[in-house]
Amino acid sequence: MTTPTATTETQPVAGGVSLSLRDRLQQFLAFASLLVIFVVFSIANSNFLTYGNVLAILYSTVVIGTLALGTTFVIITGGIDLSIGTGMALCAVMSGVMIVNLGVPLALGVLGTILFGGLLGLINGFNVAILKIPPFIATLAMMLVAQGLALVLSHSTPIYFNDVPAYSKISRGNLIPDFPNAVIVLTAMAVIAAVLLNKTILGRYTYSIGSNEEATGLSGIDVRKWKIIVYTFAGLFIGLAGVMISARLGSAQPATGMGYELQAIAAVVIGGTSLAGGKGSVVGTMIGALIISVLNNGLQIMSIPQEWQNVILGCVILVAVYADMMRKKQT
Amino acid sequence: MDGTESLLRATAVSKSFPGVKALSDVHLELRHNEVLALVGENGAGKSTLMKLLSGIYTADEGEFFLNGERFEPASPRHAQELGISIIHQEFNLMPDLTVAQNIFIGREPRAGGFFLSERKLNARAADLIERLQLPLEPWSPVGGLTVAKQQMVEIAKALSYDARVLIMDEPTAALNEAEVTTLHALIRRFKSADTGVIYISHRMDELKKIADRITVLRDGQYVDTVDTAATSMKEVISLMVGRALRTDAQPEGVREDREVLLSVEGLSTKALLKNVSFELRQGEILGFAGLMGAGRTEMARAVVGADKADSGSIRVRGRPVRIQSPADAAKHRIGYLSEDRKQFGLMLEQDVNANITVSSLSELFSSFGFMKDRAMRAKSRQYVDSLRIKTPSILQTAKYLSGGNQQKVVIAKWLLKNCDILIFDEPTRGIDVGAKEEIYRLLNDLAAQGKSIIMISSELEEVLRMAHRIVVMSEGRVTGTLSAAEATQETVMHYATLRPDENPEDAAELGLELDDPARTVDGSR
Repeated sequence: MTTPTATTETQPVAGGVSLSLRDRLQQFLAFASLLVIFVVFSIANSNFLTYGNVLAILYSTVVIGTLALGTTFVIITGGIDLSIGTGMALCAVMSGVMIVNLGVPLALGVLGTILFGGLLGLINGFNVAILKIPPFIATLAMMLVAQGLALVLSHSTPIYFNDVPAYSKISRGNLIPDFPNAVIVLTAMAVIAAVLLNKTILGRYTYSIGSNEEATGLSGIDVRKWKIIVYTFAGLFIGLAGVMISARLGSAQPATGMGYELQAIAAVVIGGTSLAGGKGSVVGTMIGALIISVLNNGLQIMSIPQEWQNVILGCVILVAVYADMMRKKQT
Repeated sequence: MDGTESLLRATAVSKSFPGVKALSDVHLELRHNEVLALVGENGAGKSTLMKLLSGIYTADEGEFFLNGERFEPASPRHAQELGISIIHQEFNLMPDLTVAQNIFIGREPRAGGFFLSERKLNARAADLIERLQLPLEPWSPVGGLTVAKQQMVEIAKALSYDARVLIMDEPTAALNEAEVTTLHALIRRFKSADTGVIYISHRMDELKKIADRITVLRDGQYVDTVDTAATSMKEVISLMVGRALRTDAQPEGVREDREVLLSVEGLSTKALLKNVSFELRQGEILGFAGLMGAGRTEMARAVVGADKADSGSIRVRGRPVRIQSPADAAKHRIGYLSEDRKQFGLMLEQDVNANITVSSLSELFSSFGFMKDRAMRAKSRQYVDSLRIKTPSILQTAKYLSGGNQQKVVIAKWLLKNCDILIFDEPTRGIDVGAKEEIYRLLNDLAAQGKSIIMISSELEEVLRMAHRIVVMSEGRVTGTLSAAEATQETVMHYATLRPDENPEDAAELGLELDDPARTVDGSR
């Protein structure tokens, strides 16, 4: 399910295999880097490779991973979504307002939060597809709007879910013994995203628009409609990320969120998705998100100061993208 | 109408764009089971006519008939549904999708509802590919295919709509000889009692092989339709270039004894140029003629360092120089005026003053990093006056100027930079007739002042009336260098249509690959 070309098992071995091999190689490279980083940390510190720490890494991937999944679709169309970080904070606040302040039943509140995220995405999609505002600008504006609204709705104070203990279980509970629910949610979302991207017309048009928007339009496809759907879809993931982060923290923190969008975009890019559009995969994005978590976790365990972690992450992004460009130049 | 009704007929078609009459009273008739070639010089109106047929433009006047029934194509999709498919020179493909995914984009077979059936998709594509006998695999990503195979994908996509009329705009421009043969075989298989092909091409040699009849357009007007079998290519060329040369305008100041200022030797690029050599003399206007894709723009870009040259040497004023970027070229006082003014030549949102002075800021108008505003304006005014740029003020935004005056602003920029070698790429493209005359006068004035000018133009007439000497290119090579006295429409066209890579006769004429020197060349054309 890594590339659209490798989906059917009935294909004879011929034709495009050479190219899909290349795509697989890219994924392999990302995966190999992940392994290398993992091995290096394991050797460097004996506390790294423990069941507890691996779970901690997976657990800390959930929020970035969820945001990155939705953003993968947007970036494959050739767009960008900068509003996912503060949008997530706004969704967390919406969840708090509904469930804590208004007493909405838990399930309904969670669903409402996810749909509210979808609404943010819908507005992004409308601005990009109908008003033709460049995605960078449209979602930058939404980033500011969401940040402000989160503060306004929460009166700039965190909303605690102390009276709704079940809420935290969404993230911290263990449906499977010793395994956090949040990781199950992320895994399920990754599977859903992969199926949508590779097996449905939504995925096909996502690639098609990013590959050549004009040709897609000339082929009789309603590009505007599909762009709106893609941004809305990414918005649903913003809503879910809002639930996951507030469940993890046990509170909705209106002032957080800023910076998450860049980490999520970094995960997508490290995973081999092209910012120019047309290329990308869910597996790559998940590997990218894991690389970020492993780096953060490993550097922390090795007592490297927090300040340095972003420096190293920045360098990793440069190396990953440069390696990807070199690979493309050769072909 | 008689019994042998034509497949497609266009009568008395006219189309104007602001300032230009692109087509005027043009006729076209495509019969059943026929390949009709459409030929004409650049700008003769071929592409406009095809865009009318395929619903991209709407005609101002005229009627279209498909199998005798009147129709008005309203959009590309509508034309496609009527059975008229067009394959543009620029492909409309999604490189990241596979062959099958491209062919059936927007019409994907579903496994149910929202879900795709990749298996059905590939099976349908495989059927189509087999029926057309194409060497394609449904699951190959299109971006990894050769241009020839990408074109086959376009053809398969067009035919999957059950096309009756297939229009191909210069389909062989990027193909090699073997690929052209394959394409021609495909076209012959496609044409039938219900179908026909309109085939636009510049390549005279292949018209003999594929076309049943040839329709010639010139300057947006219908010239003639001839049977290929009964006509020599020489006759077709003379129909294309047509009218007698205007005698009232001749190159000015032609002299042989001028000093060589720029000499280019053996210039080659990976992409196209092969061993390009020429000399530019002081005060000379050197014309570069050739068909689209002959390599003239590429030559200019390689000379000024905008594209990387693989081999070759350049001498300026006798000294060998290394030019690796347009900035290097400017240091040697060589300026390149791109054919795409709006993209590469002008800052459309900036005013005239900013555009004229931008390249000279650091040399002439800066003190400690601050711009000398007053000096800049004074210089800009001086050039607006001397080049007679029509603008309400030097603070007018460049995009509001007419094409001719925009071109003058670009010229002013390079003159201010003290360039004495000016490479003009299509200097009159998109400029109306009156303004063209002014640009011609300006070029002649500049040459008379001692500036050396390379003038790349697709308008043969323009080259012939302006150039002191003409370098003709084809397929990335220089195929001929003509003095003003030798140059006529026919001689230039002859050299421009030589295709040494495909025709041994042409190669022999140029002294390339002399494996069969006994062969005579004259009888072949």
